[in-house]
Amino acid sequence: MIEKGRDNVSVELRQQLGLLTDSSMEDFLVRIHRRTMAGWKFGLSESFFRKILYVAGTFVLVLLIAIFLSLVVASIPAIRHFGVGFLFGTTWDPVRGEFGALPFVMGTLFVSLLALAISTVFSLSISIFLGEYFRGGAVSAFITSVIELLAGIPSVIYGFCGLFLLVPVVRALEIKLNVAPYGVGILTSSLVLAVMIIPYSASIGREVISLVPSDLKEAAFSLGATRFEVIRKVVLPYARSGIFAGILLSLGRALGETMAVTMVIGNSNFIPKGIFSPANTLASVIANEFTEATGQLYLSSLVELGLVLFMVTTVINIFGKVIIRRMGMGDK
Amino acid sequence: MNNFGKSLLGLGMKKVLGLITILLISIVLGGTGHAKDIELIGAGATFPYPLYSKMFDVYNKEYAVKVNYQAIGSGGGIRQLISKTVDFGGSDAMMSDKDLAEASAPVLHVPTCAGAVVLTYNLTGDPRLGFTPDVIADIFLGKISKWNDRRISAINPGVKLPDMNITVVHRSDGSGTTFIFSDYLGKVSAEWKEKVGTGPSLNWPAGLGGKGNPGVAGLVKPTPGSIGYVELIYALQNKMPYGMVKNKKGKFVDATLASTSKAADTNLPDDMKVSLTDTDAPEGYPISGFTWILVYKEQNYAEKSEGKAKELVHLLWWMTHEGQKNAEPLEYAPLSKKAVEKAEKLIKSVTYNGKPMMK
Repeated sequence: MIEKGRDNVSVELRQQLGLLTDSSMEDFLVRIHRRTMAGWKFGLSESFFRKILYVAGTFVLVLLIAIFLSLVVASIPAIRHFGVGFLFGTTWDPVRGEFGALPFVMGTLFVSLLALAISTVFSLSISIFLGEYFRGGAVSAFITSVIELLAGIPSVIYGFCGLFLLVPVVRALEIKLNVAPYGVGILTSSLVLAVMIIPYSASIGREVISLVPSDLKEAAFSLGATRFEVIRKVVLPYARSGIFAGILLSLGRALGETMAVTMVIGNSNFIPKGIFSPANTLASVIANEFTEATGQLYLSSLVELGLVLFMVTTVINIFGKVIIRRMGMGDK
Repeated sequence: MNNFGKSLLGLGMKKVLGLITILLISIVLGGTGHAKDIELIGAGATFPYPLYSKMFDVYNKEYAVKVNYQAIGSGGGIRQLISKTVDFGGSDAMMSDKDLAEASAPVLHVPTCAGAVVLTYNLTGDPRLGFTPDVIADIFLGKISKWNDRRISAINPGVKLPDMNITVVHRSDGSGTTFIFSDYLGKVSAEWKEKVGTGPSLNWPAGLGGKGNPGVAGLVKPTPGSIGYVELIYALQNKMPYGMVKNKKGKFVDATLASTSKAADTNLPDDMKVSLTDTDAPEGYPISGFTWILVYKEQNYAEKSEGKAKELVHLLWWMTHEGQKNAEPLEYAPLSKKAVEKAEKLIKSVTYNGKPMMK
C-alpha cells in the first residue's frame, strides 16, 4: 500500500519533490499534481495570459516605430530643405540657417569608438578575472558590486569628475606636448566615456565566460594546456558571441551619452583634427541648443540630428547582431 | 526559502505594492493645485530667473496671486507664447520677424531689467585690461591670437602682456547672453556681422564652448591665456576679473549695475524693441541689454477671462515699479526712468476685447 502523506499524495512523491525543491515550489508542484489527477484542462486564464504577453511585446515594437516616425515627421522641413546634403554638410550656422551634421557624426563616432577601444581592454580583463579566476567568494562579490556601482553613477557626476579631475591632467599633458592647453576634447571625453561603459560589457562578459562548460576546459587542461592557453583558445572563442554582444551594448550606450560628454568635449562645431582637438557629438548639440532654438528650420534640423543618431545606432546594432550570429554559427 | 520568508514575501509584497500605489496616486493628485489663488503662468529666459523668482514671491505675499515661471530659455519662452500655452514669455532676445509672423497677433515687449555681458580672462596677476570694440571682435574671430599682440598692448600701456596664445571660450548652449554679445559685435565689426551674425546660437569661428555661465567660467578659470564672456551678475557673484570696454563715446567704462542702467539713457523707441548694445549714452556700458516680458497686446485669446488679464496687467505694472526695488540687491540693473516711462505706455496699451485695461 502506498503511504499517503499530506494532501493525499504519496510520501515518496513528496520526498522526491522535497529533495529537489524548496517548500513553496513543493506546494506548487503538489497542487498541480492534484489538479491534473482531478482531470482539469487549461482554460481561460492561460489564453488570457498569452494575450497579455502578445500585447506587451507588440507594444514595445509599436513604441519603437512611433519614436522613429515622430523623429521623421518633425525632421521633414529640414529633410526637404537640405536633402542628403545634410549628412555631409560641415557648417552648423543657426544665424544663416545652414545646417550640416558631418562634424557631429564624426565627433560621435570618433569619441564612441575610442571609448570602446579603451574600455574593452578593461572590461575583457575584468570579465576573465571574475569569470575564470575569482568566480565566487568575497573578492568576486566585492568587485562585482563595485562594477555595478559604476553603472549606477549619474552621467552628470561623471561629467563633473571629468571636468574637475581629468581635465587638469590632460591639460598638463597637452602643455608638456606643446599642444593647445584646452584640457577638454576628444581624449578627455573618450576616457570619461570609457569608464562609464565598462560595466555593461564587463557584466555580460563575466556571465558568458563563467558559463563555458568545464568539460571543455578540463579536457584542455588534462592534455597539458596552460591556463592562459585555455582562456585564449577555449574559453574566449566559446564565449565570443556573448562578449561581442556586451561590447555592442557598451557601444550603444556610448553613442547616446549626452551629459558627461557635453561637459568635457569642448563643444567646437568643427570636424576634429586630432585626439586633442575639441569636438561635438550629436547628442551634445541637441542637448545644448534645443531649448533656445526658434524657427522651424533650426528646430527641425536639431530633430534631424536626433534621427541621424537613431539611424547610426540602429545600423551599428544590426551590423553587430549579424556579426554575433556569424560568430555563434561558426561554433556549430 | 523557509516559512518565515514565504510569509514575509506573501504579506509584505502586497503591502509594498499597496503603498506604492497610494504614493503614486497621492503624487498625481497632489500635483493638481487648488484653484483658490489665481495663477499666472510664464516661461522663458534663464537670465532674469533669480530676479523673477524673488519678485513673484514678494508679489504673491502681497496680492495672493501665484505666478509660476519656468526658466526654459528665451527660445522656449517665445515658442510657448506663440502656442499660447503661457500667459507671458520671458526673453533676452527680441522676437524675430519670423517669430512675430508665427504669433499672428501683436506682441508687446515690456522691459523688466537690464543686464550686461563682461569679458573675463585668465592672466597671471589678474591685470585690469581695457578692450576696444574692434579688438574684441578680432579676438573672437580668431584673428588676434596672442596676448602680447600690438593692438592689445597699445590699449593697455602699463601692463606686461605675456607671449601666450589666446584661447577663446564661448557658450555651447543657446543663450540670451550670446545674443547680446553677438549683437554688440555685429554693430562694431562689419566682418563679424557678415561672417557670424547675431543670435542665441552662433557658428563660432574659434574657441571652445562651455555650457552656461558656469561652463564658460569653468573653462576660463583653469585655462591660462583664455578669454570668455559671462553675465555681469555671474562675474560679480563669483568674483571673476573682467575688463573695461570702450564705449561709443570713447570712454572706457567699467561694467557696474549703474553703468548698465545708464546704457538705457538714450532715445528709446516706443515699442521698447531696442538693443542697448553700443549705446550712445556717454556713461553707459556698451555690452548691455534689456530683458523683456512678452505679452499679447490683445488679451482675449484661448478663453482667457478678463479677471486673469487684469491680474497680468497689474503684475506687469508692479514689476516695472515697486518690483524694481528687488533688482539691485540681487545685482540686476533696474530700469532707468526713461525706460519705466516707456514701459508704462506699453502696459497701458494692453487691451481686452479692444478696450485698454489700465488708464
